Amino acid sequence: MKILMLGWEFPPFISGGLGTACYGLTRAMSQCGTEITFVLPKPVSSEYTSHVKLASLKPGQAGIDYYKLAGFENVTFRTIASGISPYQRPGEYEEMLRRIREQTQAISTLPAMESIGMGQGGDHYGSNLFDEVQRYARLAALVAQQEEFDIVHAHDWMTYPAGITVSALTGKPLVIHVHSTEFDRSGEHVNQRVYDIERQGIHAATQVIAVSYLTRQIIINRYGAPPEKVSVVYNAIDRNGKALDPARAAIQKDEKIVLFLGRITMQKGPEYFLAAAKKVLEVMDNVKFVMAGSGDMIRRTIELAAEMGIGHKVLFTGFLRGGDVDKIFRMADLFVMPSVSEPFGLVPLEALRNDVPVIISKQSGVAEILTHALKVDFWDVSEMANKIIAVLRHPPLQATLREHGNFEVRKLSWSDSAQQCLDIYNSLLAPV
Amino acid sequence: MASVCFYFQVHQPYRLGRYSVFDSHRNYFDEYKNAQICRKVANKCYLPANRLILKLIERFKGKFKVSYSVTGVLLDQLEAYAPEVLSTFHALAQTGCVEFLSETYYHSLSFLYSRGEFTEQVQMHQRRIEELFGQKPKVFRNTELIYSNDVSYAVKEMGFEGTICEGADHLLGYRSPNYVYRPPGVDGIKLLLKNYRLSDDIAFRFSNRDWAEWPLTAPKFAQWVSDVNGNGYTVNLFMDYETLGEHQWEDTGIFNFLEHLPEEVLRHPDNDFKTPSEVIDSYEAVGEMDVPHMISWADTERDLSAWLGNAMQSNALYELYRLEQQVKSTGDSQIISDWRKLQTSDHFYYMCTKWFADGDVHKYFNPYDSPYDSYINFMNVLDNLRLRCKAANKTVSPRMDKVSYSNHP
Repeated sequence: MKILMLGWEFPPFISGGLGTACYGLTRAMSQCGTEITFVLPKPVSSEYTSHVKLASLKPGQAGIDYYKLAGFENVTFRTIASGISPYQRPGEYEEMLRRIREQTQAISTLPAMESIGMGQGGDHYGSNLFDEVQRYARLAALVAQQEEFDIVHAHDWMTYPAGITVSALTGKPLVIHVHSTEFDRSGEHVNQRVYDIERQGIHAATQVIAVSYLTRQIIINRYGAPPEKVSVVYNAIDRNGKALDPARAAIQKDEKIVLFLGRITMQKGPEYFLAAAKKVLEVMDNVKFVMAGSGDMIRRTIELAAEMGIGHKVLFTGFLRGGDVDKIFRMADLFVMPSVSEPFGLVPLEALRNDVPVIISKQSGVAEILTHALKVDFWDVSEMANKIIAVLRHPPLQATLREHGNFEVRKLSWSDSAQQCLDIYNSLLAPV
Repeated sequence: MASVCFYFQVHQPYRLGRYSVFDSHRNYFDEYKNAQICRKVANKCYLPANRLILKLIERFKGKFKVSYSVTGVLLDQLEAYAPEVLSTFHALAQTGCVEFLSETYYHSLSFLYSRGEFTEQVQMHQRRIEELFGQKPKVFRNTELIYSNDVSYAVKEMGFEGTICEGADHLLGYRSPNYVYRPPGVDGIKLLLKNYRLSDDIAFRFSNRDWAEWPLTAPKFAQWVSDVNGNGYTVNLFMDYETLGEHQWEDTGIFNFLEHLPEEVLRHPDNDFKTPSEVIDSYEAVGEMDVPHMISWADTERDLSAWLGNAMQSNALYELYRLEQQVKSTGDSQIISDWRKLQTSDHFYYMCTKWFADGDVHKYFNPYDSPYDSYINFMNVLDNLRLRCKAANKTVSPRMDKVSYSNHP
């Protein structure tokens, strides 16, 4: 079986769960022996290109390259020069495009840039996100014509048009993998065009994979998908091979640390975190709240902390990667995910893997699979504070959560998720 | 001779209401929910079961006998929420065919943490039973059949003649639970062991359609009892009273089964029904039963892990009993009563993480979403109680801040 996977960014350039999920799932599928052509957009931004350990296999044509990657023996990567990136909002795309044009103005005369379609300062890019998504679809169709495959598998809305196009051209079954919906990202203020694309993808798909029953319900209720067409495959996490960290016990600090880690956007509920922090601080003093991440609400959140009079107790670290993430987990006594709407939520698994107990919102997909986690409604900030205080005050609670939680995440693995996807593929390919 | 000895455990805890760290009121217990559950169980189980047993006692003219252990916390709740149940128990006591056993008033784990408190609670319960039913209990049953030799030694001192204990395989070995035993090294107190196979056939498997013996009928069960003849004296059927009508719903036919059981058992001339005291009086102990470590009737482990299996449970219990001196020195009856209601073993059972993930019998009885929630709630309440003790002791005696914990293990 060969899969054409329309996916996203790879580590170490992960801006969120979408990239992590694509990475974990694809690697596990490759290890199962499934052949995959992995197509991903590659924005021409120095920050991205400098770290990618992709080895060029052969020069591709205008803006399409071939790569192989260690650990992904059965995967061929094909990148398409495109400005789309995960979690982008329509306005943000135009902002990014403007930046790229400025950056590339200076070097646009270099012949190397010509070859990847960036010669005239990104002129080949669509002028807005929706045009770019369509342009990506056309390029993906081009790639598809050069490849042999049995199934198209597209991840999240920006790749749905590509998936639909490829499926229509080749007649191969289309699998749509929903990592989040417009309702998760924007609440009730949905962008109609994004919603339309999602709806189109979900209806055009032969089978839809949701990352949780929570998301499955949204797909059925709000996109009108027939229930039998929507399966659930949970995300997972691979073991990091680390034993219980002895260094953790050795960290001497006078203050407890409660951690928020994720994009600081409406969806993640940063203001509920602050409201709970305020309540905790009414009862305890020796505690700091760390907010790690960036996002469109970061300014507002910093201001809010100051307005609430807890600015000195809330620290903002900005976006963290790799080693810094490990470091912050080592320091944290508790991780809180107050998401308003979280289709899955990978960070709690990461926290548990690092022996940090977690409080998660009941409005998250990961709450469906985690039993050794404290759960609250995101809006119930009193209860959130109650639980934060309990964990900080009672070491036996922390110990029990940590011990059972760490054990629980060990039971999760990407190869199980990959196997479930393979079962779905097989059911689609089976003669009727 | 095969004597069927029924003992029913009758208990409901005072469940806690939701108590946040930001709360400071003193109404720890959820009166609405407790009343509601008490009335529900009364209607589904206590009333129909009591009436049926009363009818059977009258029908068999004294040949059908049972025994009960009703906890103090349930008696208090029945008095408040379902007094008609108390009058049916009273009617049962009047027949002379019903024995009431004694236990800790608060269905507590005090035996493990404070012998002084344990003795007080047992005496409280004995007095209450005598007041209500006019008989002084002679047989003792510890919370959840938690037992070791020490339990027998302790209650013998208090004048009990028998103790109820789980017939755990690892202690019995080749021996049968259908005999009377004695604890090692003492006379004057005997042990009755639960026949867990036959008890669980009724309590757990009765309505299980996957069970090879389903459906369990009175003649079939009476036959199993009769099979004991020649290889034992007594079949001790110990179970929660709520088995009748609550764990096994009425539509499973459980009441019908019980209704026909006496006539089927008595059909065999060598069979009869006895209360625990009668068993003790009728049969000699055949040997010693040495139980050096604590056992219980819970789960397959038959140990304490349902209440003391994780760090939260042992921490909560430790912190609770650590307050004993502070609580008692207040002399405040409300504080003491609240503290004692917190000792009920159910609070710690709710914190059990053993099979939490698999969602099994533990979940059914658990009013909380998770063991963690129950621990947090309990500790918040305990925190408030501690503050009340502090405030009360300040006004009583300024030197009470220094408390000795020496009599705690």
